Amino acid sequence: MYLAKIYVTYKPSILDPQGEVIKSALKRMDYSGIEKVSQGKYFEVKFNARDVDAAAQIVESFTDALLINQNTETYRYDLTLVTDEVKAQ
Amino acid sequence: MMNKIRAAVISFPGSNCDDDMLYALQDFDIDADIVDARQASLSGYNAILLPGGFSYGDYLRTGAIARFSPIMSAVAQAANEGKLIVGICNGFQILTEAGLLPGQLLMNERPGFICEEVAITVANHQTSFSSDYAQQETVILPIAHGEGNYYADPETLERLEQHGQVVFRYAQNVNGSLNNIAGIMNEKGNVFGMMPHPERAVDALTGNTDGRQFFKSIVNSILSTVAK
Repeated sequence: MYLAKIYVTYKPSILDPQGEVIKSALKRMDYSGIEKVSQGKYFEVKFNARDVDAAAQIVESFTDALLINQNTETYRYDLTLVTDEVKAQ
Repeated sequence: MMNKIRAAVISFPGSNCDDDMLYALQDFDIDADIVDARQASLSGYNAILLPGGFSYGDYLRTGAIARFSPIMSAVAQAANEGKLIVGICNGFQILTEAGLLPGQLLMNERPGFICEEVAITVANHQTSFSSDYAQQETVILPIAHGEGNYYADPETLERLEQHGQVVFRYAQNVNGSLNNIAGIMNEKGNVFGMMPHPERAVDALTGNTDGRQFFKSIVNSILSTVAK
């Protein structure tokens, strides 16, 4: 079983209204020196795959197809092999 | 007396303007049905309308889940056959997610849901969706959305403008849309999407009938093709 942790963010050219609103709130809260805030999405997906190469291919395939809109979003991901939870005897 | 035009209004889980759309179509003597998005076939319809609402709760992104509904293959096929496909509000978002229209509807530039009547300018009246309006005519239509900020990359935007695919613009930019875009069509001119709600502006009872010409345009377009 593999666990993919997928981090989705806007492409740099895209305005991130939520990030802007959070930034102005932080400024109002007297956090000085805040340069930039961007808000993204985080996904954890557990799935079966033959090996790590196949797993990477699967993650990229479903992320491109559903998790992001390629017009405005980009992503990176971490992939780890996880063992199935041991059931209580 | 029906005019023999048949239209399907697709109902996705979470659609909430399907009945309004049905009412508007029937007001123009169109033989309209509500078709469940879990069905897989759509035959015999002249026009297919994707109504407003919050399909699949707007989970993930607006329209992102709905585009994989069983009915969407049939919608794509009907689009290829040249049938009129209309997406209003959430329907527009679904059509962009499905790749049947270019670009994407992002969160409003100033975050928040806008529910108002706004001035809309007819940018191209030589289309199946706007022929009953005058060129550059300004009309008032209701909008109700949180994600109506139209975005497309610069090349796509340029192509839309060059080919007259921008059909409606906001007179004042209410949501951050590039080039004030409120409604666009595909290059072939048979797939159309807009954020404003013409179906909510067809009955004098609600105080606004500026949406009537939108439906009249569609009726005229279909009747002129059928007559050929």
